[in-house]
Amino acid sequence: MRARTLILAACVLLLLAVPALATLAKQPYYIDLIRRVMIFAIAAVSLNLILGYGGLVSFGHAAYLGVGGYSVGILAFYGFNSGWLQWSVAVLASALVALVIGAISVRTRGIYFIMITLAFTQMLFYLGNSVEEYGGDDGMRLKVKSQFSGLIDLGDPVAYYYLVLALMLACMYVVHRLINSRFGMVIRAAKSNEARSRAIGFSPYPYQLAAFVISGALCGLAGALLVNHTAYITPAFMDWTRSGEIMFMVILGGMATVPGPALGAFALLIVEDLLAGWTQHWQVILGPLLVLCVLFFRRGLAGLLPGSGKDG
Amino acid sequence: MTTVLVFEQLLNGLQFGVMLFLMAAGLTLVFGIMNLVNLAHGSLYMVGAYLTVAAVQWTGSYPLGVLLGLAGTLLVGMLVEVIALRTLYERDHLDQVLATFGLILFFNELIAILWGRAALYTTLPSYLQGHIEIIPGSIYPVYRAVVIGVGLVVGAGLWYVVAKTRLGMLIRAGASNRTMVAALGINIRLLYTVVFGFGAALAGLAGLMAGPIYAVQPGMGELILIQVFVVIVIGGIGSIRGALVGALVVGIVDTLGRAFLKPLLGHFISPPAAEAAGPALASMLIYLLMALVLAVRPEGLFPARSG
Repeated sequence: MRARTLILAACVLLLLAVPALATLAKQPYYIDLIRRVMIFAIAAVSLNLILGYGGLVSFGHAAYLGVGGYSVGILAFYGFNSGWLQWSVAVLASALVALVIGAISVRTRGIYFIMITLAFTQMLFYLGNSVEEYGGDDGMRLKVKSQFSGLIDLGDPVAYYYLVLALMLACMYVVHRLINSRFGMVIRAAKSNEARSRAIGFSPYPYQLAAFVISGALCGLAGALLVNHTAYITPAFMDWTRSGEIMFMVILGGMATVPGPALGAFALLIVEDLLAGWTQHWQVILGPLLVLCVLFFRRGLAGLLPGSGKDG
Repeated sequence: MTTVLVFEQLLNGLQFGVMLFLMAAGLTLVFGIMNLVNLAHGSLYMVGAYLTVAAVQWTGSYPLGVLLGLAGTLLVGMLVEVIALRTLYERDHLDQVLATFGLILFFNELIAILWGRAALYTTLPSYLQGHIEIIPGSIYPVYRAVVIGVGLVVGAGLWYVVAKTRLGMLIRAGASNRTMVAALGINIRLLYTVVFGFGAALAGLAGLMAGPIYAVQPGMGELILIQVFVVIVIGGIGSIRGALVGALVVGIVDTLGRAFLKPLLGHFISPPAAEAAGPALASMLIYLLMALVLAVRPEGLFPARSG
């Protein structure tokens, strides 16, 4: 476990040093890139809670990015620029949407669950497309970034970078604590053997639903961060390929590990960035790469870390 | 005149439903027999549309182009099965979803490289253009009527193959117990490849028929794929009968919703509000329907594993 802790600590130190290094190398683009990666890492960490630990294959996680993003965007549209308000609404609205979607989908299993979460996300995507008031399929610009009563200025790229880094680490800590709590034990028990967990007196439904809601809420936070990052919100936040990407980050990094989803987000988005810099048709390479990863690289990046015999 | 309008929209719904059924039948067969979730089914629909457009231009003959397009999609489907999907049958659904998601990215980009991102339009031969009068006072495009006819004929043919022939017997047997079928000396791998190619050709048929009605462009497969998911979730996964009922219900509800929800809402709420809420509600209608069906019957309407 020591070597593993050292490597992860080195990763965090590297992340802390990114703004300084990027400024030194006169490449401010990298602050932007890594910040975006970390926002997606939050989304992946939140999905891992239900996908990795709970075994609920949600193919609609981008929905909460959209709900979080639109909460901020719509409040700003009506002149409410307080970040405290915007971000709380983003998290609460995502939790509420997750409650509704979860209440229907968690009752189902396997392939039904995959298709239903996908279909509901698609429904929200079309809703975003058809509401002309908020820009329809063109989306709308976030004119003023979230205001935190002068505490932090999100317009400052470095300050915002550190805020995202702190929130990402906080989310990983929250998931770590949740998973090792009594609640987390029930979630994991239901994944490994549902009949047995019923037999010892735990009906999985309320626990799984609660995990689904928490996961949605955390991803809503990522949505609020993302809209402040891009200063723009479009229904494309909820595109189903987005859901697929987030899901792939979790698998690539390593399911049911705390650092895995973040590692996956870094690997996927940086490879995407490199390929996109190389050819416009990068997806023709990325696609087969995904297939190969699924077929041959089953333990994920976290499985390469020393001491990964058990969960981090 | 409104009855005529409703009748026309019903036919449009039927036409859309028939295309959904062609897609759903392949997807649900592959799921029922190989236990494979194939997101790339939409890509085969797109491949069918593109190959047909290319073949029609190349041969200059529409029927010949259609045949070549169908044969091409069948081949592409079998190739994909042998190269990529065969190893996935024993994996869990998560791996299948991700691998076929990778295939979608690949196919969409490959098509964009070969034909560009702009939408293509197919020219129909003159005998498929024009209109016919189905009921007095209503003229309907010949092409859409042909689509309905082809869909119904293929649907009946599918029923015949699955219910009455030896191949269909193997398909049904494979769905209920694949180990036993293999033990009885059937080449199950070959059966899987044939069924997959068969499903691919059905998707290709839907795609090539969609070409002249909707735009042929990269990503066209995913638009319909998710609606097809709704169809088979409503119908019950693995059931062909369910796919038929689900497809017709979804096709008709979606089409009628888009056509009549806005004016209908106008009777109850103010016109500007109906103007805003109508399209939004119409685009969500089939998903709401799905939620409703699942709330009552979590396994879909026809929860049989095959049929």
